[in-house]
Parts: sequence; C-alpha cells; structure tokens
Amino acid sequence: MAHTEDEILAGLAEIVNEETGVATEDVLLEKSFTDDLDIDSISMMTIVVNAEEKFEVRIPDEEVKNLATVGDAVKYIAGAQA
Amino acid sequence: MSASTTRVAVTGLGTVNPLGADVASTWDAALAGTSTARTLDNDWKERYGLSVDFACSVSLDPFDVLSRPEAKKLDPSGQFAMIAAREAWADAGTPEMDPTRLGVVVGTGIGGVWTILDQWDVVKERGARRVNPFTVPMLMANSSAAHIELDLGAQAGAHTPVSACASGAEAVAGALDMIRSGRADVVVAGGTESCIHPLPLAGFANIRALSTRTDDPEHASRPYDKDRDGFVLGEGAAILVLESEEHAKARGARIYGYVAGRGMASDAHHISAPSVDGQSRAIREAVQDAGVSAIDVAHVNAHGTSTPLGDIGELNAVVKALDGTTDQAVVSSTKSMTGHLLGGAGALETVFSVLAAHHRVAPPSINIENLDPDVPMRIAANAPQNLPAGDFAVLNNAFGFGGHDVAVVVTTA
Repeated sequence: MAHTEDEILAGLAEIVNEETGVATEDVLLEKSFTDDLDIDSISMMTIVVNAEEKFEVRIPDEEVKNLATVGDAVKYIAGAQA
Repeated sequence: MSASTTRVAVTGLGTVNPLGADVASTWDAALAGTSTARTLDNDWKERYGLSVDFACSVSLDPFDVLSRPEAKKLDPSGQFAMIAAREAWADAGTPEMDPTRLGVVVGTGIGGVWTILDQWDVVKERGARRVNPFTVPMLMANSSAAHIELDLGAQAGAHTPVSACASGAEAVAGALDMIRSGRADVVVAGGTESCIHPLPLAGFANIRALSTRTDDPEHASRPYDKDRDGFVLGEGAAILVLESEEHAKARGARIYGYVAGRGMASDAHHISAPSVDGQSRAIREAVQDAGVSAIDVAHVNAHGTSTPLGDIGELNAVVKALDGTTDQAVVSSTKSMTGHLLGGAGALETVFSVLAAHHRVAPPSINIENLDPDVPMRIAANAPQNLPAGDFAVLNNAFGFGGHDVAVVVTTA
C-alpha cells in the first residue's frame, strides 16, 4: 500500500521530531536537513533507519547524501515504494 | 602535608540514586534511614530463572527531565550522569570560566550495558540495518564523560576511570590530581552505573556476590550485621564540582568542604577477593596525602557492601592504616540504603562524605539487628550520629573487582 507524498511528509515530520526535537510544523518540503533543521549526520542516519521501517523502503547509504532537503527525502521514499 | 599546596574545594553536588533524584531529597532520605531495595516489578525471575529478583532502583524517569531526543541519545547510565552533572553545575553557581581550564572525570564500572544488550536484541530480531546509529556513542564507557564535556563545553580534558566498583572514587581522585597538577581549575567528577538487567544480575548472582534474601529485600543490604549475605545491586550517578580553592574564593563560591587527599593501590592478590594489605596501603596514603592524622578521622563512609568477608576486612584495613587510632571514628555504609551503585558508588559515597562534613552528621548504617562481634570499629548503627565541631576528616573507601583500592579523604570547610 503506497503512501501519498503528504502522508510521507507527515510521517517524516514525526520521525524528525522524535529523533531531534525539531517541531513537526517546521519540517517542510523546502527545508534543508543540515542548514535549516540543524540535523547532524548521525541523527540523519537515525531518521533514515526509522523512515525505512515506517515506509517499508530501503534508502542506500550512497543515496542519503543526496537527500539535502525534506522534499528530496519525500520524493525518494515515494519513488522507492513498491 | 599534602604533596601539593593547591587545596581543592567541593563547590557543587548532584546525584540521581535510589534514595532520591537530587542531593536534598537523597540526604533527607539517608538521615531517615530509608531502605530502597524492592522486588523487581517484572517477570525476569519466572522468564529467565533469576535467583535474585530484587534491587535498589532509581524511581526517576530520565525522560521526564531530559528532552526526548536528548534522552534517546544516552544510555540510562549517561542519562543519570547528565542529570546529576547539571544539578552539580547549577549547585556550584554555573561558574563562568575559561573552558580550557574546565575538566571532566566521570567513571563507570561497565558502561552502556542496556544499550549493548538492547541493540544486540535488535540485530537478532530485526536485522543489522535497524541498529540505532547512536549505539556506539551510547555504549562506550566514556560516553557519560564525553556527553558532560559537550554539555558544559569543558576543554581541559575528559577522562573515564574504569576500575569496577572503585571507578567513581578513582574519578574523584583523578580530578584532585588534575587540579593539583595544574591541568584544570575546575573539574566535574563522579561516577555512574545502570545495569539492573538480567545479565549482570545473573553474573553477580553466580559469582555469589549478591544477597539472596528474596523474601525480605528491604533488609537484604545489612553491612556489619551477623546475617549479611552479599550486596544488593543499585543504580544511579553522583557528580561533584571540584575546584581549586583560589578559583572558588575568587568567584565567591560556597565551599562544602575539601577533597584533601587520595590514595590508590592494587592488590596483586585475586580477581574478586579483597586484600587487607592493599586496602590499608591506599587508606594510609590518602590520609598522609590529605595532611591529616589518624586522630582527625571522625567518620568513615565505608565501601561496606554487605558481604561476609569484605565488610570486616575493610574495617581491619582501616584500623591497620590508622595504626589503631580509630576510637574517635564512626563508620557508616550508606550501601545499606542505596544498594551498590558499582561505578557510581565511590562518587555517591564521596557526596555523602562531603555532606557529612558539611552538616556534621554521619548518616546511619541501617539493617543492623545483630552487630557482628568481629566488627572492630564503632558503627552508626541504624541512626545518624553527630560529628564534632571544629576541623575533622572523613575517609571514603571504594574497592573494585581486580584489586583496585581507592581511598579519598574529605575535610571540613
């Protein structure tokens, strides 16, 4: 069952909040994980591991560095869904 | 006299332990002679066949104090240490100082036990990909020292003594040396442990170190009683802010007392059995290092874990180290109330020693129904004992598996 991009954004915002304390309403498509949300590389991996489980996708380590913004992550997860 | 002319003051205290989640409530509960040992509220006994199903647990949930993301990046041992460190730092007046002159020394007996074992369960049940990326920074023994260093911005050095149940006292000793040697003006020092988990409980039970008084856990930790049969596992952290007297006075800090001396020895005797010789050498060195005499030692916060051999051996070591001058000293084992915090024990007991010097009262050693006739010193049995006016010293001992002997001497302000 594929998630819509809105559902993915909402789910990702919950994960980001749980792992970093960033408010869910600040997790917007155009926000950069590092520059806007101040998320370091280990926390980013925590978000990735949790997102993989939540959305039942695989995000290879070499793709993680391409996920600069929240929107990049939403698009990647949407495209990776079976 | 002391090897160094630098006097080291205690200006801040913090703790999370079974008696309380801060220093004030801990001290009140200690003076009231509170036992914290309880049957564990879980199914470990039935599920795993644990022979010992009681311990002294911390009642505070760290997630109620720390932010959720912050708490999730720390092992429980690190959560306790962080909460205690912030209390101690605030208690010291949140000193504004050169960060390159601020150090951290926080010991632990084992480190991130819960993290190691929880994440191994994740590997087995859900696969390697699901392992928390923070696993290594959470499980490493230096995790608490490192996170406190980051939190306070301490840049003079962060260290983690690991010497089993002597770790917390070795941290205090290390902090004293760090200030005396000129490496730092202020050091945040202490110890932490959180391992009330079936594996350590089984390991300690199988080496026959734990009390098996499962039908009466509240009276199981009973140092110096004839019927003591082993220690009760505890958990928690204690942190002290140690500061050169010059630095403390320059900023008008409140001084609780002084960490005046430390002694350390190793037994070269046995991996788990204690040695009167090694212990007495550490104690003698600490007293000499503090520049005090045996007659000045008014109180001993003993290692006293409630084991048949260890309790008497330790007091014989004190008598030997003080050349028999012990009539003026009253002994307490606060482990009778807190259980054994392992790597946190020596730090918590230094906090108790400082409070005893500051308030001039020795906390009680509880659960003594029939005093062991072999006890060679006076015990603050079941009730606090007033300590004298004027200057005196408190001796705090901590010994660890491996034959690590550490003694710290605290003096009145």
